[in-house]
Amino acid sequence: MIRVVLPAHLRTLVRVNGEVAVEVAGPATQRSVLDALEASYPVLRGTIRDHVTQQRRPFLRFFACQEDLSHELPDAPLPAPVASGVEPFLIIGAIAGG
Amino acid sequence: MSEVRVLVGTRKGAFILTSDGKRTQWDISGPHLGGWELYHLKGSPADPNRLYASQSSGWFGQMIQRSNDGGKTWEAVGNKFVYDGVPGTHQWYDGTPHPWEFKRVWHLEPSLTDPDTVYAGVEDAALFRSVDGGQTWAELSGLRSHGTGPRWAPGAGGMCLHTILLDPSDAGRIYIAISAAGAFRTDDGGKTWRPINRGLHSEHIPDPTAEVGHCVHHIAMHRTRPSVLFMQKHWDVLRSDNAGDLWQEVSGNLPTDFGFVIDVHAHEPETIYVVPIKSDSEHYPPDGKLRVYRSRTGGNEWEALTKGLPDRDCYVNVLRDAMAVDSLDSCGVYFGTTGGQVYASADAGDSWAPIVRDLPAVLSVEVQTLP
Repeated sequence: MIRVVLPAHLRTLVRVNGEVAVEVAGPATQRSVLDALEASYPVLRGTIRDHVTQQRRPFLRFFACQEDLSHELPDAPLPAPVASGVEPFLIIGAIAGG
Repeated sequence: MSEVRVLVGTRKGAFILTSDGKRTQWDISGPHLGGWELYHLKGSPADPNRLYASQSSGWFGQMIQRSNDGGKTWEAVGNKFVYDGVPGTHQWYDGTPHPWEFKRVWHLEPSLTDPDTVYAGVEDAALFRSVDGGQTWAELSGLRSHGTGPRWAPGAGGMCLHTILLDPSDAGRIYIAISAAGAFRTDDGGKTWRPINRGLHSEHIPDPTAEVGHCVHHIAMHRTRPSVLFMQKHWDVLRSDNAGDLWQEVSGNLPTDFGFVIDVHAHEPETIYVVPIKSDSEHYPPDGKLRVYRSRTGGNEWEALTKGLPDRDCYVNVLRDAMAVDSLDSCGVYFGTTGGQVYASADAGDSWAPIVRDLPAVLSVEVQTLP
């Protein structure tokens, strides 16, 4: 299972308090994790990446294992500790705005 | 006894204000969907407990929320707004072509007869419709592709389709307005559209009487007389007595003809309301005095309504979707400010009192009159 930490507003949308866990078939990548996440929680479609282009929304970042993975290719493998469930995949909202 | 429900969209959530027909004691519920921008909420005329809300965020994009219990609980429905075909370009601020990009939903207009049918006016300007309660959305692309789209340009707030008026007497007729393109009408349910801007005069565009390019801020109609329209333009208040075919200015003795809101009394089709705002760019009431102006003659002759409104040091704005009326015997008039106040008048504007003073900046106000 891949552990995913959502920003607070998205936790509210999916009505969970803590982490969520998703099962990924095949290699754990940004794309496969987000596909699994959106399959489990359809309300998240369009909130993390664009419906059509699948581009990450500009005020969100993907962190894991103290690294910023936001600019990695969507099909690049995630770090082994994320794939094994030891470390969470963090979806972070920018601390910006009024 | 009748009840009034006021739906307030703000920069940081939605609020629902309810009162009995006396409209003196109010219950305030919210924030709903806190932390998000609620550009607009509106109830279905066919099922008043069915509400739709546009919820958006710079971080997470657009959500549409639906309530089946008058706003007590909400469920997220479809948020996929995809332009039909290759969207093409409109003018950017500098006049260069710029591709159409979806940003947010400014206005939701439920069908007059079917609770599951609702229209959405979006930025970049286009009209969408859902016939399944907001689960899926399809663009009525005849508007965007009728030919003038490449000449539309954004106003300071973006290129938004902000006004949708459904003709109660003709299911095929819809009016919409876009900043900064102008007003448009369909007579066939949204398949074909044409600009209805003849008579508008806008000196901030190269040809002041151009077919499109006008910064229309809002349009209102009375349900019993849907071919008579009232418009607050960037500058000028206008009316049309022929479904928008020709407009005439009725700014008359207003202290400034700039403003955003305009609305019509529920029972008197020639009684209209505006809130004059100082511009260029100041966008607050003249002389720091917040005043609603009422015309009982369909324009030209205006009276200032001051009782209960701030008469000094007031520098708020009243945005285009932030005024509404109820349909009780003594017509109630409501408006919200960027300072977070929602003012109500239970006597058609003669006197005013704040329902609430300290909300986040108010983006929209709609009113439901419930049995």
